[in-house]
Amino acid sequence: MLKEGQFRNLSGCAVAGVIDRSGGVMSGEGMIEAISVMHDRSNGLGGGFAGYGIYPHYKDFYAFHLFYDGKDAQSETEAFIGRHFEIVYSSEIQTRKLPAVTDEPLIFRYFLAPLPRKLARSHLDEREYVARCVNRVNAQIEGAYVFSSGKNMGIFKGVGYPEDIGRFYRLEEYAGYAWTCHGRYPTNTPGWWGGAHPFGLLDFSVVHNGEISSYDANRRYIEMFGYQCTLHTDTEVITYIVDYLIRRRGLTLEETAHVVAASFWSTIAEKEESTRRQETLLRRMFPSLLVTGPFSIILGYTGGLMALGDRLKLRSTVCAEKGDIAYIASEESAIRKISPDLDKVFSPAGGEPVIYELYDREAVQ
Amino acid sequence: MQTIDANKMESVALNAALRAAGTREIRIGHCVGQRYIGTGLSDCFLEIDGTPGNALGAYLNGGVIRVRGNVQEATGDTMNGGEIVVDGSAGDATGYAMRGGKIFVRGDVGYRCGIHIKAYRENRPAIVIGGRAGSFLGEYQAGGVIIVLGLHEDGRPIVGNFCGTGMHGGEIFLRGSELPARLPAQVRAEEIGTLPDEAEALVREWCSLFERDPAPLLRTHYIRLTPDSGNPYRQLYVGN
Repeated sequence: MLKEGQFRNLSGCAVAGVIDRSGGVMSGEGMIEAISVMHDRSNGLGGGFAGYGIYPHYKDFYAFHLFYDGKDAQSETEAFIGRHFEIVYSSEIQTRKLPAVTDEPLIFRYFLAPLPRKLARSHLDEREYVARCVNRVNAQIEGAYVFSSGKNMGIFKGVGYPEDIGRFYRLEEYAGYAWTCHGRYPTNTPGWWGGAHPFGLLDFSVVHNGEISSYDANRRYIEMFGYQCTLHTDTEVITYIVDYLIRRRGLTLEETAHVVAASFWSTIAEKEESTRRQETLLRRMFPSLLVTGPFSIILGYTGGLMALGDRLKLRSTVCAEKGDIAYIASEESAIRKISPDLDKVFSPAGGEPVIYELYDREAVQ
Repeated sequence: MQTIDANKMESVALNAALRAAGTREIRIGHCVGQRYIGTGLSDCFLEIDGTPGNALGAYLNGGVIRVRGNVQEATGDTMNGGEIVVDGSAGDATGYAMRGGKIFVRGDVGYRCGIHIKAYRENRPAIVIGGRAGSFLGEYQAGGVIIVLGLHEDGRPIVGNFCGTGMHGGEIFLRGSELPARLPAQVRAEEIGTLPDEAEALVREWCSLFERDPAPLLRTHYIRLTPDSGNPYRQLYVGN
């Protein structure tokens, strides 16, 4: 079968996210219910979820989720992982057989700690070390794909409608303080398990509705910093841009939003002095990381969610709040389905980031 | 009045039930995201509780759709006639390419409201917005009337960026005396103290639907936007 990056397939998507800012936990059921309202936005070629705070007993270890095409890819990958990490615990991820979900790869989970001597010899920061290992598996081992690699979070995805994928992964058995989800309607690549959303690197996860037109410009730039865009999908490149700007360059979420979804120069010119100077600086520093074309994304990270849409608002996003719980979705109806009576509902402007974080982010670090 | 409980009903089933209903007055309860509701209907009175999905009242030919809540994207897409009345706010591309009929929104509208609306003889589409409008209001407007009353209270401007871009027909009225940012050169703005009859009637209709006193909305100034007459786009693309 031709996979992501080897084939062009023409065809919207649906995104949703929820966070209990007080740190209370919920199962993945709510997100399954919300995304099912937007069933018609996807076509059964991809669905996925990211849960945060779901591995409290292993919160100090990197949780790798892997797809394998076969046993050979698995043994090669486990040998590689064994050379770079201490494997604290590993097992096949428990799934439920469903008629709607077919052709699943082998799906394994590993809780890992970088080998101290190996890490010291690499002269790398720990997270960079882990990111490079993820990149090496994905780019160099045929038939193996790391699709989740953060601490105390996990991505669950596959080919199917998102509500089926959620049940396939038994998400009712997990409890997290934040969830995101995605229903896919692939625009450029065939649906493949690895190509479903969320895309993740370390604790960042991205779900995306849209099709960016700056893909190649963004890819050429980001590949200069060691990222390898193996899947040829726009969401992968957005994930790497977020990782590069936030983790490696130390930008804040708002600053990242002003790079990725920068205002038009004519709009910046009308802003007050300090904002104008800052946004001008960011656009000049990272012109190649401006993402153009339609997109609405939800970025998940340890302790928070950020919604961001393109500056022209070519894709819809609705945010809502009910007490401590905050919601983000492509459509208001998806939120109303799980929380009919809301305190506040609004649509953020194009390029305007909306950030919902735990009141106490220290608690989950 | 017949009631249809839309709970757990898919879009196709709900629309089939609407068309098969034995009465013209139908109430839809527990609506959550079903799309294309009322598409192409001519003579129904639909009352909707909940949040209808995208393209509500697309190609609507006549009748009235009243929504007791918010609506999503592309409400009244390419509608020909009839009325859509929204008690809450509306999403992006409200009234997309309307050719006739009226849309009344109590709250705000999103981006691209009234994009590409057009008028022909007796078919004059109208959109009246109680709150504020997002960017690209009346983009490529070719006819009809858009009125923004600006009764929102969140302190944001009455209209976002790029208002009237590519406008070449019709009128936009914005309550107040403040010009939208960076109006294109092809759009003429004037401040008026009295609304023309057609616009005044629309404001009165909005007020009666949402139970507001029309007086303060009529005895006030508006910015009227119209395309510059002549051939405003002459030589924009080609040299003749």
